[in-house]
Amino acid sequence: MSNSTLVRPRPATSTRGDRGPRLWQTGLLAVAAVVLLLVPIYLGTFWLQLGFSIFAVAVGAIGLNLLTGTTGQLSLAHPFFMAVGALTYVVLAGETSETSGGTVIGLGLPPLVGMVGAVFLSGVCGLAFSPVSGRLRGIYLGMASLALVFIGQHVLNTAVPLSGGFNGRPTPPFELFGLKFDYSDSPVVILGVPFGRLEWLWYLGLVLLAAAFLFARNLLRSRPGRAMKLVADSELAASVMGVPVMAYKGKVFFLSSIYAGLAGVMYALSIGSIAPQSFAMDLSMQFLAMIVIGGMGSVGGAVAGAAFVMSLPLVIQNFSAYIPFLSTDSGGITAAHLAKYIYGAAVIAVLLFKPSGLSGIWQSAVETYRRKTLSKQELVPSKEGN
Amino acid sequence: MRFESLLLTGLSLGAVYALVALGFVILFKASEVLNFAHGSLVVLGAYVTARTHEIFGFFGAVLAGIIAAALAAVLIERLLIRPIRNAPVISLAIMTIGIEVLLNTELVRQIGVDIMTLGHPWGADTMTMGSLVIPVNRLIAIGTAVVVIAVFLVAFRFSSWGVSMRAAAEDRETAELVGLRLDRIAVVAWLIAGALAALAGVFLTGAPTPGLTPSLALIALRAFPAAIIGGLDSVAGALAGGMIIGLVEAFAAGYQSELAFLGRGIGDVLPFLVMIIVLIIRPQGLFGRKEFVRV
Repeated sequence: MSNSTLVRPRPATSTRGDRGPRLWQTGLLAVAAVVLLLVPIYLGTFWLQLGFSIFAVAVGAIGLNLLTGTTGQLSLAHPFFMAVGALTYVVLAGETSETSGGTVIGLGLPPLVGMVGAVFLSGVCGLAFSPVSGRLRGIYLGMASLALVFIGQHVLNTAVPLSGGFNGRPTPPFELFGLKFDYSDSPVVILGVPFGRLEWLWYLGLVLLAAAFLFARNLLRSRPGRAMKLVADSELAASVMGVPVMAYKGKVFFLSSIYAGLAGVMYALSIGSIAPQSFAMDLSMQFLAMIVIGGMGSVGGAVAGAAFVMSLPLVIQNFSAYIPFLSTDSGGITAAHLAKYIYGAAVIAVLLFKPSGLSGIWQSAVETYRRKTLSKQELVPSKEGN
Repeated sequence: MRFESLLLTGLSLGAVYALVALGFVILFKASEVLNFAHGSLVVLGAYVTARTHEIFGFFGAVLAGIIAAALAAVLIERLLIRPIRNAPVISLAIMTIGIEVLLNTELVRQIGVDIMTLGHPWGADTMTMGSLVIPVNRLIAIGTAVVVIAVFLVAFRFSSWGVSMRAAAEDRETAELVGLRLDRIAVVAWLIAGALAALAGVFLTGAPTPGLTPSLALIALRAFPAAIIGGLDSVAGALAGGMIIGLVEAFAAGYQSELAFLGRGIGDVLPFLVMIIVLIIRPQGLFGRKEFVRV
């Protein structure tokens, strides 16, 4: 602003002094917030279930986007850290009981303690991996992190007293200040809607996602965020500028594993149980698809990408009766296949045609809108607007 | 005796992994792509062979499989990788993940729940050498892999393609300045990588494996740690890495009861554990070139 001579004479796009679009954005945000808060009152269980699982993976996608999208470190290890979080939660908050795999241990602690412990332990695991994550460059890290997924699968399959083995074990319901996030005989009724598991979980997911979102967005707008972007662009340039590259890569990996741990707890709550196949390599690929489709490095994009990838199979399944060529027998194209084709193709299409993803599409739309309104208000683009 | 038998099994498995890892390394050298769709190329080759062996006979079908996989690889390069040539390496890697999702879903759907046979003429025959009993498939795998790799190494060293490929890997800009056609080099690299993957698929589906199942992609995935252990930019490293992974897997399976304290199925995880250990000690892999950066 002060060195206006250096600023390229472009119509205002990112200046803060511009009142109109900001008001408009705040309004949009407020409307979105009200809609999201009212959802449990108007929508049925299918959408609530879907919504909460989107919140769960969106938290994970934001974390992965900090690491892969912003800092440029390819990681496939997200399901591993989610598994650590989920496993810790069920062990801390669950009860000792019998499952089909054998006896599973549970400490019966309050679920909130379980959640905090889960996030903490995933963070510890992320730190423990920092000798690798700090030293490896993007591509090598991708392969090394793939190893973690297989290790996680092995642990989930064999550590039966903790995980319940191949068939897994149920996730204990969440509980906060005596309020059980579960169905009960005498539920709280708000506006004629009885609030059970899914309604409460919706709000829990909303709060956690909002916190995860704000933290990531503020981080990216601050000094560490700029350093992370520089590490992605050029590690050499970053170290010349005084960014401790190794430490940064290790720390971002740590942060991303914390996000994954929280996402793991939410994911386990949304599925209702933990089993090895929920945390397999498919999920790594889905996460990468989310951040690419949403737009690499964009926090809002990660959420949008998560919503797209997560809802695709379920929505197709739900409306499969209306899609003519879908079949239910094993030979034909099932809803699950179609969802995979679409998200695989979406990844390819985004990389080919719009590398900035959904967030890029959104931004160009906003920019077009602004240009239109600007040219209506003032025929000559104002110079001091920059 | 068990030791010798496992050694032989490990070496033969390693030779096949080396074929896949070699393709992986060539791709990385030629176009800086970490190809996650490589497992699907292996499956594609095996699938085409399995579909056509009754029409063309086994060897014709293997040829068809190799051509199909090589063609698919070239198409991937031309249509999907080249347009984003200058994108960051991560985007290229994620592009191959998108391709992998598509290819893998379609192949798994086509294969279904059955086990497809490729019609290996040697079937499940075994050969007895002294007190060692080993499937013929494994012996042929070693022989073929050794010949193919030797031919490749000679070509890589002496043919004009090999020289230009190495020049391109050394310094892209200079290579372009002296008139090398990087596009053509990349296409040939993908062609070779696809062919090698299909060839490996033929042996990975032979005895003692019952045939082609969707899990072949997971087995082929073990060539990834092989390439990483050796160093992604080292051809010799791919061979060494392949052998290491083959041996680790064979011995883990052979000494399963002694390793029982690590849990069942540890053999599937060990290649990846070895990779992590190698990466902690040498982040560039055993034979990879270290990038020196002075600030």
